[in-house]
Amino acid sequence: MKRRRGSIAWWLVFLLGVLYFFLPLVATLDFSLKAKPPFAAYTSSLQDPKFLGSLLYSLVIAGVTITASLALIVPTAYWVQLRVPRARSLVEFVTLLPFVIPAVVLVFGLIRVYSRPPLPFTHTDIGSSALLVAGYIVLSLPYMYRAVDTGLRSIDIRSLTEAAQSMGAGWLTILWRVILPNLRVALLSGAFLTLAIVLGEFTIANFLARPAFGPYLNLLSQSKAYEPAAVSLISFGLTWLAMIAIAFLGRDTRTRIEIGGAH
Amino acid sequence: MTAISERAAPLARPARRFSRSWLGLAPFFLFAIFFIGAPVTYLVLGSFQNNEGQTTLQNYADLATPSIANAFLITIEVSLVTAVVGGIFGFLLAYAVILGGLPRVLRDALMTFSGVASNFAGVPLALAFIFTLGQLGMVTVFLKNFGIDPYASGFTIYSKLGLELVYLYFQFPLMVLIIAPAIDGLRPEWREAAENMGASSRQYWQRVALPILFPTLLGTMILLFGNAFGAQATAYQLTSGLIPLVPLLIGNQIAGDVLHNPGLGYAMAMGMVAIMGISIAIYTLLQRRAERWRR
Repeated sequence: MKRRRGSIAWWLVFLLGVLYFFLPLVATLDFSLKAKPPFAAYTSSLQDPKFLGSLLYSLVIAGVTITASLALIVPTAYWVQLRVPRARSLVEFVTLLPFVIPAVVLVFGLIRVYSRPPLPFTHTDIGSSALLVAGYIVLSLPYMYRAVDTGLRSIDIRSLTEAAQSMGAGWLTILWRVILPNLRVALLSGAFLTLAIVLGEFTIANFLARPAFGPYLNLLSQSKAYEPAAVSLISFGLTWLAMIAIAFLGRDTRTRIEIGGAH
Repeated sequence: MTAISERAAPLARPARRFSRSWLGLAPFFLFAIFFIGAPVTYLVLGSFQNNEGQTTLQNYADLATPSIANAFLITIEVSLVTAVVGGIFGFLLAYAVILGGLPRVLRDALMTFSGVASNFAGVPLALAFIFTLGQLGMVTVFLKNFGIDPYASGFTIYSKLGLELVYLYFQFPLMVLIIAPAIDGLRPEWREAAENMGASSRQYWQRVALPILFPTLLGTMILLFGNAFGAQATAYQLTSGLIPLVPLLIGNQIAGDVLHNPGLGYAMAMGMVAIMGISIAIYTLLQRRAERWRR
C-alpha cells in the first residue's frame, strides 16, 4: 500500500518532467503551423537561400572543426598514453579550460588578439572563419579528449604499436591505419557531439559576424513571425538526430554521459 | 659491444627521451597557447591597465560600481536559483525512473531526452519559451481561457523569473545525466543492512543514502551554477539586454566599448573566469570525495 502511494508521487514527478520537456516543443510546433496556408512557415524557410546557406556554412564549419580537432587530439592523447604519461594531468587540465573560460570571454580575447597585426584574422572572411573553427575546437576539447582518451584506454595501444613497428610502419601509418580504425566508435560519438554544439552555437559566431545557423535564427526572429518557430524545431530535430546517433553508437558499450556546452 | 651500448643507453636516454617525447605534444600545446593562452593573457594584462596604458588595480576596484556589481549579483542569483531548483527537480526525476518503480522504458527515454535537452539551448530555446509563455504563447492563451492571465499579474517571460524558467530547461536534464549513475551506485546491500538493523525508509535516507549522495548532489549543483553563469546566447535572445547579466555586459563590451574603459571590460571578464574557476574547482574536489563510494 505504502509503496504504491510512493509510486504515484513518482509518476507525478515524471509527468511534470514530461510537460516541461514537451510543452515548449508543442507550443513551437503549434505556432509554426499558424502560418497560412499550413506548413507555409516550413516551405518558405526551406526555400530561403539564407536558411540553406547558413545551415550549409555551419555544417562545413562543423566538418572542419571535427577534422582539425581529431587531427590535434588523437595523436596527442595517443602520445600521452604511450610515451609521456607524466604529461597527462597537464594535458587534461588544458582540455578542461573551456569549462572555466565561457564562450563569451573566449571570443572577447580572440577578437582583441587577432584583429590587429601581426595576425589580423578578423579582417578577412576566411580569417574570421578560421578563428571561428579555432574557437569551436577549444569548445570541443573537453568532450573530444575524453572520448578519444576513453577509446584509447579500451584498446592495447602498446601492443598494436609494437606490432605495427615491427612490420616497419612509421608513426603516421600507425595512427592512420592502426589506431584510428580501432577508435571508430569513440571518434564518431565525439564528432556528433561537436556537430550538435557547432550547429547550435551562437555567441562566438555572432561576435565574429559569421553567417552561421545560430546568428541566422536570431536575425530571422527579428523580422519574421512564424518562420523562426519552424527553424527552431528544425534545429531541435538536428540536435535530436546527433544525440540519437551517439546513443546508437554507444549501444554496445556502457551508456556514456554526453554533455554539451553552448548555452 | 652491443651489450655495453645497451647498458650505457639507459643512462643517456632519459634526458633525450624526455625532451623528444614532449616534442610530440608540441602541436597541442602550440594550439592551446595561441587560442586559449594568448586571448586569456591579453584579457589578464588588459585588466591591469588604465586608458593611458599604466598599470593599475583600479579596474578591479571599479567592479564595485553599482551597475556592474548589480550585474554580478543578478547573474549569481539566476545561476543559484536555477542550479538549486534544477538540481532538486533533476534528482527527483532521476530517482523516480531509477528507484521509483516506474517502467524501465521510461528510464531509457528520460536519459535520451536529457541528452538532447541539455544540449538544446541558445536562440531556439529562448524562442520556444516565447512561443510557450510569451504574451501570445500557447500556455498563456490556454490559462487565459480559464480566466488566469499571468501577464495581468505582472509575469513576463522577459523577466528574471522568465529567464530562470528557460534556464531550467537545460539545467535539470544535466542534473539527471550526472546524478543517475550515482543513484545507480547506491547498493541494495546498504538498504538491506539498514533495514536489518531496523531502520525505517526515512532513517535510511537520512543516515545512509543522502550522506553518500551529498558530495555528488552538491558538486553537480555547483556545476549547474557554472553552466548557467557562463550562458550568453539564451539570455541575449530572450531579454535583448533588459536584464543586466554579466555575459551580456561583456557582449556589449565586445561590440563596442560601452563602458568607455576597455580595462574594466577585461576585469569583468576575469571576474567571470574567477567565479567559473572556483565553481569547477569545488566540483572537482567534491567529485573526488564521491569517488570513495564507487568501487
